[in-house]
Amino acid sequence: MRLRILDVGSLSTIQDAGRYGFRRYGMPVSGPMDWFAFQVANRLVGNSPADAVIEFSPGGLTFTLDADGLIAVTGSVQVWVDQMPLPGWMAIRVRRRQEVRVMTAPYGCWGYLAVAGGILTPPVLGSRATFLRGRLGGMEGRPLEPGDCILCGEGGKNSQNRAGYRLMAESIPAYSQRVTVRVMPGPQYDWFEEARVETFFRTEFRVDEKSDRMGFRLIGTEVQPRARDLLSEGMLPGSIQVPPDGQPIVLMADSPTTGGYPKIATLIRADLPVFAQLRPGEGRVRFKVVTPAQARKAYLELLETIDFDWEEDHSLWMTA
Amino acid sequence: MSDFEVRLVSESAVLVVMGQTIDPQTNLRVHSAAKLLMEQGWPGVEEFVPGYATLLVYFDPLLWEGEVLATRIRKVLRELREISFWRPRKVVIPVRYGGVWGPDLDFVAEATGLSCDEVIRLHSQSEYVVFMMGFTPGFAYLGGMNLKLSVPRLETPRSQVPAGSVGIAGAQTGIYPIDSPGGWRIIGRTPLRLFDPQSERPFLLSPGDRVCFEALEGEAP
Repeated sequence: MRLRILDVGSLSTIQDAGRYGFRRYGMPVSGPMDWFAFQVANRLVGNSPADAVIEFSPGGLTFTLDADGLIAVTGSVQVWVDQMPLPGWMAIRVRRRQEVRVMTAPYGCWGYLAVAGGILTPPVLGSRATFLRGRLGGMEGRPLEPGDCILCGEGGKNSQNRAGYRLMAESIPAYSQRVTVRVMPGPQYDWFEEARVETFFRTEFRVDEKSDRMGFRLIGTEVQPRARDLLSEGMLPGSIQVPPDGQPIVLMADSPTTGGYPKIATLIRADLPVFAQLRPGEGRVRFKVVTPAQARKAYLELLETIDFDWEEDHSLWMTA
Repeated sequence: MSDFEVRLVSESAVLVVMGQTIDPQTNLRVHSAAKLLMEQGWPGVEEFVPGYATLLVYFDPLLWEGEVLATRIRKVLRELREISFWRPRKVVIPVRYGGVWGPDLDFVAEATGLSCDEVIRLHSQSEYVVFMMGFTPGFAYLGGMNLKLSVPRLETPRSQVPAGSVGIAGAQTGIYPIDSPGGWRIIGRTPLRLFDPQSERPFLLSPGDRVCFEALEGEAP
């Protein structure tokens, strides 16, 4: 089956769970900005959790399938099939040639479109994730464009029976443009004077326009580290580094693997999804500190949501 | 091995800190530690990223509680007494120095008070170590440069440095694996591909490798 892109409103890329195993060579992981919405989208259509999907941003995209298929759209999203509005976070049956439009609204930045069978662009270093700066993975290493024709797998025989399958409403994340997220102390936490650390936790930061899949820049009260040279060292998505100007940068999916700025904190994995959904130029964030044990517990609980919180809704599954 | 510290930096990563300086001994301990920990074959302990003096260990929080893994790592590394078992590979990299390949060679000569030929000779005489990789896929930070060649970075980085460019920044030298922006002083270029995702060996260099440069003859166009 092929998925044909008719129109792209803003950055859309192919992403799978990420490119693992090459970080020691400087290869970023890439993969979804919101791993929770990504995994649920795959789960809804019966894919394996790491299958490739399309990640889109506020402008969304319009597409058709050249055969009957099953899709799911997650994130803070709106979906129309032949102009009929349908909910996100649910498996939807789509007929051949029906025009599907998706966008992220009203309170999100990233949406995920999974197709039963997954997207089958050629893997690069074992992954289909697009790494834009390295121009590799996904669709020739670039954002999707109108006219792209993307090869998809065949959903399982019974995949059509999944139509109407959805995540329980109370498990859908409460995306907002004003969030408080949890962090652990970073590896150079003690390089910051106590007063600066207090400032960090008291300030409401704004996500700067100059934010992208590599990192989110935060504007607020400055939290300069004590002047000292850090030797470059490994870091990960969620690391919060502070350059000499005192404005923190939260590293995201396409983060370089190493960096030379001190890191005051690490955003916990469980809260990366809601943080990633803040829109550049608009979103506001506060931080609060938790222990490593709490961070792990929060992650395991969120994973459990994906495993158990399912229901079927047959009132909506007939779309055509 | 004593004198190291293991810190939890995330629910999915711990950082082993082995020193605070850029020096070959500290860095050798980092690579030795990475090798030893890799050899443990612990399930869910996925990747190791060496820094100059640190090792970041990524793990699956489904399988490990950070504190438990940190304790295991401390135990293993305390037993690492001898570091001589680390046998790095040796890679020779041919370089065309100067001209269009090395637009900053003249600057480096002037700034160091050496002739261009001396810069080339000193640069291709040393044996280097891949201290760490990062910045872009395949970018190797090489230690071991003759300190006479130290020059500051460009004040304004170039928006595009061609793949294969060999540069100097401070006391370090390195090679740009892909076309990318960059602020290092470019003295030459290698025809070798440092990063080729389609190749069986996508990365020419690995952390810990020994590297030598070999000057290629020929006039710059």
